[in-house]
Amino acid sequence: MPVITYRQALNDAFAEELTRDENVFLMGEEVAQYNGAYKVTEGLWERFGSKRVIDTPISEAAFLGLGVGAAMMGLRPVVELMFWSFAYVGFDQIINNAGCIRYMSGGLINVPMVVRGPANGGTNVGATHSHTPENFLANTPGLKVVCPATPYDAKGLMIASIRDNDTVCFMENTLLYGDLGEVPDGAYTIPLGVAEVKREGIDVSLIAHGRAVLTCLAAAEILAAEHGIEAEVVDLRSIRPLDEETILNSVAKTHRAVLVDENKPFCGVSSQIAALLAEHAFDDLDAPVLRVTALDAPAIYSMPLEKLQLPDAQAVVAKVLSSF
Amino acid sequence: MPEITMPKLSDTMTEGTLLRWRKKKGDKVEVGDILAEVETDKATMEMESFEEGTLADIFVPEGGKVVVGAPLALVLKEGEKAGERSTGSKSAPAAPAAEAPASRPSVSSGRPLTPRARAAALRAGNGGGAGGNVNEGVRVKATPLARKIADARGVRLAGLQGTGPGGRIIAFDVENAPVGGSAPAAAGASPVAAILPTPIAGMSETRVPLSGMRRVIAERLLASKTQIPHFYLSIEIDAAPMMAFRKEYIEASGGKITFNDIALSAVARAAMQKPKVNAAFAGDAIIEYGSVNLSVAIAVEDGLVTPVIRDAQNLSLKEISAAVKDLALRARDKKLKPEEYAGGTITVSNLGSYGIEQFCAIVNPPQAAILAVGAIVKKPVVNSRDEIEIGHRMSITLSGDHRVVDGAVAAEYMGALRKLLESPALLLL
Repeated sequence: MPVITYRQALNDAFAEELTRDENVFLMGEEVAQYNGAYKVTEGLWERFGSKRVIDTPISEAAFLGLGVGAAMMGLRPVVELMFWSFAYVGFDQIINNAGCIRYMSGGLINVPMVVRGPANGGTNVGATHSHTPENFLANTPGLKVVCPATPYDAKGLMIASIRDNDTVCFMENTLLYGDLGEVPDGAYTIPLGVAEVKREGIDVSLIAHGRAVLTCLAAAEILAAEHGIEAEVVDLRSIRPLDEETILNSVAKTHRAVLVDENKPFCGVSSQIAALLAEHAFDDLDAPVLRVTALDAPAIYSMPLEKLQLPDAQAVVAKVLSSF
Repeated sequence: MPEITMPKLSDTMTEGTLLRWRKKKGDKVEVGDILAEVETDKATMEMESFEEGTLADIFVPEGGKVVVGAPLALVLKEGEKAGERSTGSKSAPAAPAAEAPASRPSVSSGRPLTPRARAAALRAGNGGGAGGNVNEGVRVKATPLARKIADARGVRLAGLQGTGPGGRIIAFDVENAPVGGSAPAAAGASPVAAILPTPIAGMSETRVPLSGMRRVIAERLLASKTQIPHFYLSIEIDAAPMMAFRKEYIEASGGKITFNDIALSAVARAAMQKPKVNAAFAGDAIIEYGSVNLSVAIAVEDGLVTPVIRDAQNLSLKEISAAVKDLALRARDKKLKPEEYAGGTITVSNLGSYGIEQFCAIVNPPQAAILAVGAIVKKPVVNSRDEIEIGHRMSITLSGDHRVVDGAVAAEYMGALRKLLESPALLLL
């Protein structure tokens, strides 16, 4: 199987869908002639032309609104945000329009749009460029939220998102764009709302999404090698819909849960998982549900401190050990 | 506002399972109406109403396990509203406030019980934990999983040493704890820790949760073997007269009797002749009973029960035979009433039909003696002329509580029993 980058996996997904469905088009700041700020759309403008890959002005509210309107009329826009942090000026379009129209039209109007881009800290770009809004968006009934951790998942989830009839907020990670992984040629989909156990274990469940999944896999290796603890790593992949069954099955097996999240802790994705476990896994728990999240502060600009802000494998190991 | 609570339907009952509601919410209820069917550790019982009115609320769904005394339902009189306390009702006295916490309703965790009933139990000072995991106002720090396992295994959390963070009791601690826990033991209770199985690598296993009956068997027999100083006397009787007697009895009367019937009758009559074995240890006294209530061990699915034939010394062989047959049939159908288990004074266990020649039984507390009856076997015996001949022999072993019965007394009893069994016509007197 070809080994390609997370970036290339996304690029392949766009190419597959642009080829398959003439209603699909890409749009965003510098996605066309400049090949994308992070080169995720490289080569696509040359190949598919200006009607299918469109550069926009620096006005997220405007082009997100354009995307909503196009989707309501039957097109399938894939709108890039250079950073998900920039979505905040377009929240009205995403939440009030994309998120509510299907409900408010009594199910008559769908908004089959993908809003995508990187949503991560840890790259020394400052507080206003380092937001991780998956919890905000997943808080809106009507929106779907996806956070792939691997090249394989990125491609399969992107194709599924483009084909989905609701708005999908697709959150990538600039630190993962260069990661390599096996990705099949051609189109395939990974259903939204299906988590994956990325590593089997029996002693503790590490539950994470996005890059934190890789942190957990590294922590699991340390736990096994140095402490004889076999951790199971559950990759949520989709935040909403959330695969509650896989989470509960894992905790029913291991009786311990440590939630790892690059989100901030307050009302974060891990808070939602903790509530789920408290309600549905109470009698399975042999330890409190613990969390390892980003430090609860705006993204720290100092590079040494910024390193400490996001969960790393050692922090996860320490938290797991504290529960035994 | 009469609340219907789980009644104590047998002397060993601590909780019951509400099998089926016979009345629905909103139904009219008369005194004497059957409200529900309740399964105790021994039998399925019908629960009568002692109240009249309307069944206003049901707190426990079908299948729910409820501790004795905990509320099951609410019956309101005409015009009465929930929350009111009717002044004339016999449940009116403000007993709950004065009652000791230990006697307040407690609930078994993990079982369906309405929030209202559970909250009442919690307010009464019970941590709401496992049945038995009630501790005097001190909250035991244990994980939910540890509590669930403790409940299933009958482990007392109080007194366990937790090995989790901050001394928290975790599943590991409960899995390695003795059943009954290491809590301060009642006087005479065993301080010895039970040795529980640890997982065997590569072994497939089936975990069968303890039924109410198995739990009672475990508790009572452990108590007996650890608290009662057992001793054993065995005799071998000449069963030939008994065989001839039985044959003649059946031919003459047309009624069928078994060797077990003959043994039961003899045990009862001998106990009237030597009443010191028909007794119980009462702490500061020994109680000798004036009549023989014969407990008969009957194997049933998943365990055994010991229903009682009352005043057995006065019953004819025919009556004993009929009584045993009836008890055995109803025991297997779980149709015996709790009072039919209560009040035994001496027990007989017969494994003869399984080919067991001789065995020692565990005393059925609080009784002082149990007789273990074996199979009739052909074997060489030395007769009175010092010749070896083929004999039919039956072995009987008495297990006695040495606090009540001494060896010589028990030996006299066994002598009386031998005389009756070797001259069974005496049983017709």
